[in-house]
Amino acid sequence: MVGLSTLGPARGFPNPESSRTREEGRSPMHIKTEATERHTLSVIVDNEPGILARIAGLFTARGYNIESLTVSEITADKAVSRITIVTSASPSVMEQIIAQLDRLVPVHKVTDLTARGAHVERELALVKVAGTGDHRIEALRLAEVYRARVVDATIASFVFEVTGTIEKIDKFVELMGEVGLVEVARTGIAAIARGREAA
Amino acid sequence: MAEKSGADILVEALCDLGVEVVFGYPGGAVLPIYDAMFRSGRIKHILVRHEQAATHAAEGYARSTGKPGVVLVTSGPGATNAVTGITDALLDSIPMVVITGQVPTSLIGTDAFQEADTVGITRHCSKHNYLVKDPARLGAVIHEAFHIATSGRPGPVVIDIPKDVQVATARYVKPGVIQHKTYRPQVKAPQSEIEQVVDMLAAAERPILYTGGGVINAGPAASQLLCELARITGAPVTSTLMGLGAFPASSPQFLGMLGMHGTFEANMAMNQADLVVAIGSRFDDRVTGRLDAFSPNSRKVHIDIDRSSVNKNVRVDLAIIADAGHAMEDMVRVWKARQHPKPDTSDWWRRIAGWRAVKSLDFPESGTEIMPQRAIRALWEATHARSPIITTEVGQHQMWAAQHFGFEKPNKWLTSGGLGTMGYGLPAAIGAQLGNPKALVIDIAGEASIQMNIQELATATQYRLPVKIFILNNEYMGMVRQWQELTYESRYAESYSDSLPDFVKLGEAYGWKGIRIEARGELEDGIRAMLDHEGPVIVDCRVAKLANCFPMIPSGAAHTDMILQANEVSGTMDDEAKALV
Repeated sequence: MVGLSTLGPARGFPNPESSRTREEGRSPMHIKTEATERHTLSVIVDNEPGILARIAGLFTARGYNIESLTVSEITADKAVSRITIVTSASPSVMEQIIAQLDRLVPVHKVTDLTARGAHVERELALVKVAGTGDHRIEALRLAEVYRARVVDATIASFVFEVTGTIEKIDKFVELMGEVGLVEVARTGIAAIARGREAA
Repeated sequence: MAEKSGADILVEALCDLGVEVVFGYPGGAVLPIYDAMFRSGRIKHILVRHEQAATHAAEGYARSTGKPGVVLVTSGPGATNAVTGITDALLDSIPMVVITGQVPTSLIGTDAFQEADTVGITRHCSKHNYLVKDPARLGAVIHEAFHIATSGRPGPVVIDIPKDVQVATARYVKPGVIQHKTYRPQVKAPQSEIEQVVDMLAAAERPILYTGGGVINAGPAASQLLCELARITGAPVTSTLMGLGAFPASSPQFLGMLGMHGTFEANMAMNQADLVVAIGSRFDDRVTGRLDAFSPNSRKVHIDIDRSSVNKNVRVDLAIIADAGHAMEDMVRVWKARQHPKPDTSDWWRRIAGWRAVKSLDFPESGTEIMPQRAIRALWEATHARSPIITTEVGQHQMWAAQHFGFEKPNKWLTSGGLGTMGYGLPAAIGAQLGNPKALVIDIAGEASIQMNIQELATATQYRLPVKIFILNNEYMGMVRQWQELTYESRYAESYSDSLPDFVKLGEAYGWKGIRIEARGELEDGIRAMLDHEGPVIVDCRVAKLANCFPMIPSGAAHTDMILQANEVSGTMDDEAKALV
């Protein structure tokens, strides 16, 4: 065993550092997770059938996570859509997500808005609240603070329309929980880069 | 201009694209296409016995000729049977176009007879796919599909065509050069990046070129350029499983395959290198072993046509997005223009010589038993002068073939690397024989794998294809048994190949010649008899039953933790290691 002598004793299977004998007790295996950061990606795509399944399926197939996904046509001829994806991943996985999206045939361009810097993110929510008396007055007062508009009203309920960042809407929905929240519908994030250039 | 049916448009487009052979199997949803092919008579159709075999045959054809393989199958089960081969082609970057029939558009979504959501099922196992609902779009889609399948990083493209679209009529105009609006793979790298890698190669004391299937995909000229690059830089070359043949195995600069069953010298050189230049290879888990111990002191350059391959498993210092051939051509040109002298790597080669002296591919031999490695070497001895095309199934025999059969040229080694598909070898050999009628084509098989597509014996018989099957029969799913021996204290759960057929009689039943080789002394004569027979031959070569494939880096171990021989093995493994593939 000529060359091995420089490497220490020939290793058995498995290597001694990672193995334990039965007497020592088996090392329980745990699934490891990495620290992640949240990024907003803007994906310009050809508006062809199945494109949404292609994008969303790539995330499930490769184990990436989607916090929010919105899609809408953005040209007059309806040929091109913008898909805005909020995802959390470690920096190396984020690089993979972008590269994997970029190599899909119908994808024109992928922009990491978070990495690029200044951008605007907005979400719209419709929030239904039911109640009477003080709850009703408090709901209206909070809505005013959050610049939420009343888009439907009955004697015993309101529907508010509120726009803002994820955090603002989370907070508004949380507050409505105290004053008769019934249900919520949210659009997911739409985002765009600041400044005069297209991202 | 007269309108044509969708089926006629398809056939005409295939002819315009230079397609000579289609591998397929008819069924209800492709009858219009089969009728159009029958009437046209311009495309040779090879009738396989199972749709999976059509895809592997197309892969074998593609890998051995450099031309795209074309598959035609029906809807539902026809398409789902093709899924394994489509995935195989995706993982090994094989150019392939798969045409699937679909139920008429009016029936899609109704759970109609033989309906399957083919575009849904194949969306993530193909490079791209289409459902064509308008015959007027069909011609353009077919041309685009071939463009996508064959350019950039090659891969399988699926075109799903409902039966009414095959019958309805439209005009077809042969399109010109395709300028896709979004798909534009980068094939040439910026000059500055080429200069950087040349600087790094010129300055390196312990460089190594780590090459893969991308060099083969870049065409035979890329293999020539690799030889030239190795010659002028003096760097050693190691190859992945998929890259074998791009660099001549007989070259003194070749260290053999690296990775899990690679040579000691290749893995030690990767571990000790100060510069790794990866060319058309993708740092696969079989290659790297334990990631945090992979080539720890090297700077790394990754030349790949697919940006998503870069930094996927291993972070590199320089990424060059380009076709391997273009990149090497540019590197050689810059190197020569600067008149770099050949770097002095003599110390590095002295160390490599020390690792080589371990002779990691040696194997013990005794008695009349045939060691499988001996059988591969005997096969090489008897055939290498004819530059044969070798296909394999998946398992121990595949690794022994990779280790012991030396390949001198590209496109001669066809194996399922990424997906590891048992049953690949026989249909791949059929496809390769069709693409290379004069070549000697041998499927090196195991007795378990060969049974996964054994029905294709009939296909070879029908088309008078003189393929040879050389079975290393050890009566075990050997690689499964080897892992059970190494990690589960030899509890051989379901890995014994019970109730094996008599392969000689089986071959004869299909019109093949059958030969059995049982003792060491019969090996050379048996191989000669196989080669002397003009038609197809199946050889049942009985080999040592418990031989294991070494060297081996256990899953999740470092390159320096190679097992060289069986006596180094303890037979247990903790849960962390067991969970790795």
